[in-house]
Amino acid sequence: MLYLLLLTHDPAVTTAPVADDIIDDWSAYTDALASVGVLVGGAGLHGPETATTVRRSTPEALVTDGPFLESKEYLIGYYLIDVPDLDAALTWAVRAPNQRYGSVEVRPVMPGSLAPGPGAGSP
Amino acid sequence: MSGTTDAIERVWLAERRLIVSSLARRLGDLQLAEDALQEALAAALLRWPSDGVPDSPGAWLMTTAWRRALDVRRREARLVSGDEALERAVDTDQALLSPAEEPDPDDLVHDDDTLVMLLACCHPALTIEARVALTLRHVAGLSVDQIAAAFLVPAGTMEKRLVRARAKIRDAGIALERPRPADVPERLSSARAAVYLIYTEGHSSSRPGSPVRRELCSEAVWLAEQLLPLDPFDEESIGLLALLHLLEARADSRSGAAASELVLADDQDRAQWSQTSIARGRELLATTSGIDPGPLQLQAAIALLHASAPRSADTDWRRIAQLYGVLARRTPSPVIEAHRAYAVGRADGPQAGLLIADTLLQDARLRSYAPLHAIRADLLDRAGQSAQAAAARDLAARWTPNDVQRDRLLRGSRLAGDGGR
Repeated sequence: MLYLLLLTHDPAVTTAPVADDIIDDWSAYTDALASVGVLVGGAGLHGPETATTVRRSTPEALVTDGPFLESKEYLIGYYLIDVPDLDAALTWAVRAPNQRYGSVEVRPVMPGSLAPGPGAGSP
Repeated sequence: MSGTTDAIERVWLAERRLIVSSLARRLGDLQLAEDALQEALAAALLRWPSDGVPDSPGAWLMTTAWRRALDVRRREARLVSGDEALERAVDTDQALLSPAEEPDPDDLVHDDDTLVMLLACCHPALTIEARVALTLRHVAGLSVDQIAAAFLVPAGTMEKRLVRARAKIRDAGIALERPRPADVPERLSSARAAVYLIYTEGHSSSRPGSPVRRELCSEAVWLAEQLLPLDPFDEESIGLLALLHLLEARADSRSGAAASELVLADDQDRAQWSQTSIARGRELLATTSGIDPGPLQLQAAIALLHASAPRSADTDWRRIAQLYGVLARRTPSPVIEAHRAYAVGRADGPQAGLLIADTLLQDARLRSYAPLHAIRADLLDRAGQSAQAAAARDLAARWTPNDVQRDRLLRGSRLAGDGGR
């Protein structure tokens, strides 16, 4: 089953944009996922100050500065993994290096919905 | 005709739970198993009156449901393009190549189906309400109506909750398998929370003596027993079972309606306590190391101290106060502090207890907590402050949902009676 791991960072925990001390940990984590063959895709994101959101609640598309999530926690990256069940996905999620600084949402991907193409998975 | 219906009902009640567990494990989908079994039952009601009841009705239902589930899967595979649905359908097809090679229904039932189902229904990814509902429905085998009645919600609401929860099991991929060893501690913890909630709901003072309530309590004890084999050395699981036995021991006595240790039976009611259950609780606790006890072990130890006292006046209040202190440090809560206040008041004199209880009154959350007022009333009585005691008793009565207890409070009888004080 495919799962999306959505990684967040809570700036209340550290004022650094992304916790610098765990950059090496992310490489190790990605390598671990790849080495057992569960990694389908993943990427790190620039900070929320670089985000732009498009909303269509009015006839003209409303383009605004900033992320769509109105919370202090913001997205910093994602992984797409292929594992047998939820517990396997959770086992990986708890090992994500950002545990001290944020959280990981584990969301199952709808079967058959993954669009093919290079965008789906370049670690 | 009625003989057939009886046969169907008997099979249904006895084997339904096992058939669903077994099917769900094989299919990896509890909702599909439920639906398929419903259709198998409908088919039985149509066919058995004319064809006769089969020699092995359970097996018939299992096989019919299995075939029906495969039909659904094949149809899904045709509708949904995409590798995953096809893969799943092919997988289940491999298991059932032709009617002649159908798996023997007796082989479909594993020894640990109940445990696996219980753990799946209590997965931490599910809300506590979902865990409780699923466990009562699919492990304890209660009807949706019974569960709805127990939790004072409409049956439609409970059914929706169950459907949503089963959908999460399927969509999020909660496996209907034994958990990996590394996951066992968390899974047990999550299951214990659900079982404990089932017990306390059954034991709640809002509807004493109702049959559904007693059902929940006895189911909770049985469920706690099912958890032990997963890790026989898990001391919190032992603690839970011990605690439930010790609470059950006092359940039938007149004032046993509240799970709160505060409500102490007077000596006459103690005669009704089940010594067998007390012994069982004591035996279980004796197997634990006593090293760094968790909250359930602590509560069991407190319950055992109460249960071991031949008369209320013989209770080891000092030890109980100590244990509440340890419990408060582990899981701080104003409710635990209130019970500690009472124990301290009995051990060291009412003023000592009132000191703690009065501080707790500052907490707005506790203003409607009847036991705190009852605690104050009792300690104030013992301190000879009868006017304040009466005022506290009025407050306790106002916030007590239980008619029996409220009546007692209003008649001015003290909850903690020990004859000639």
